[in-house]
Amino acid sequence: MPIARPTDLDGALRSLSEIPSAHVLAGGTDAMVEITFGQRRPEHVLALRRIPELRGHAADDERLRFGALLTYTQMEHDLADLAPGLAMAARTVGSPQIRNTGTIGGNLGTASPAGDTLPWLLAMDAEVELASVRGRREVALSDFITGPKRTAREPDELITAVHVPRVEGPQHFAKIGPRNAMVISVACFALILDTTNRRVRVGMGAVGPTPIRPADAERAVSAEIDWDQLTCPDEAIAGFAEACADAAEPISDHRSTADYRRHAVGVLAARSLRRCLAA
Amino acid sequence: MSDAAHPPPSAPTPVPEPETYELTINGRTHEVPTAWLGESLLYVLRERLGLPGSKNACEQGECGSCSLFFDGVLVNSCCVLAADATDADIRTVEGLGGEDELTDVQQAFLDTGAVQCGFCIPGLITTVHDLLDRTPTADELEIREAISGNLCRCTGYGRILEAVEQVKARRGAVR
Repeated sequence: MPIARPTDLDGALRSLSEIPSAHVLAGGTDAMVEITFGQRRPEHVLALRRIPELRGHAADDERLRFGALLTYTQMEHDLADLAPGLAMAARTVGSPQIRNTGTIGGNLGTASPAGDTLPWLLAMDAEVELASVRGRREVALSDFITGPKRTAREPDELITAVHVPRVEGPQHFAKIGPRNAMVISVACFALILDTTNRRVRVGMGAVGPTPIRPADAERAVSAEIDWDQLTCPDEAIAGFAEACADAAEPISDHRSTADYRRHAVGVLAARSLRRCLAA
Repeated sequence: MSDAAHPPPSAPTPVPEPETYELTINGRTHEVPTAWLGESLLYVLRERLGLPGSKNACEQGECGSCSLFFDGVLVNSCCVLAADATDADIRTVEGLGGEDELTDVQQAFLDTGAVQCGFCIPGLITTVHDLLDRTPTADELEIREAISGNLCRCTGYGRILEAVEQVKARRGAVR
């Protein structure tokens, strides 16, 4: 199992073009568990942590750019103002040790149905930036995740960053699990009251094979909100919760039953909306 | 993330398999004879380098017993690929105090009786150093959150929290 340790992006892309079957290693919090437990035995590893181009975040008037190696701890501390919903999501991941290690690029690359940054990114119409020796492209997150732990990344491509548009308005992230730390989501929910475009943006996690965007629920509740006062009638909030639950496609597994997940995501929907509305 | 539909090109440039690699642990360079490059840093520390201070319990980033400093950042060493830890400054619990010398955190754990079976303690000591070096005045909520990734099945955490308070008080007294 040879390992490549490039120190710049060009070196990484060359290495990956030569050995596209290499396992791409960012923080390692997913990969190492699978390797240690014998579920994955890569023949080659491409280690990314020395590549400066993949670190940090940037903001211009239009968009935010999150480098693939941005850790949960950095999201939690550095993005609390720019991307509060993402910072809240990052804060619910694992333990401090895991948050110091795991990355946004890794969350995208693993594409677990329970990936905690994915609902917020989906709600924000995120674009995943991919690079290879052939060039660069951006893929909408909704097209990038093609199934549970499946993505549209070509084998010689590296996830270099993810972009979201800048929008104004309150944001919330909520998650349900057996305790308050160290849990994988039973259900999670990201909501943005996009006051710029006067629309509610929603992403739901762990309640389907991929993160879900409940478009009908978004449209219906967006029409009910008084965007000047940021208020919404109780019946519309209840209808929104029901529509979100209807849009879920949950399964039963060792973490929860499908029925509970559907119920829970409806509760999170109403709770998240109320937190974002004026008191 | 290999993909059967996209096999590697017919003649990939061979990457030479290194015979050994080097890790810098507690300021000392160690040569690691390469057995299998998929080994975790935790495994290499314990089984190859004779540094058993970092404990192995869950091996999946849940329990915190293997916590150490990686370039000054607190991580679970079971989730670090040892072969990717070359050129990093690694500090384990063995490197926190001097030779036969306890750190103030270790002393406080002893003084408050925060240790029962002891298995989780190296990870907790390391985590508490991380917390109090970054946030010397951490309040109880911050302390509880900081140690939320370190599982202790004996103590119920009461005396561990007491130990942290004692370190805070003693460090404050020195200032």
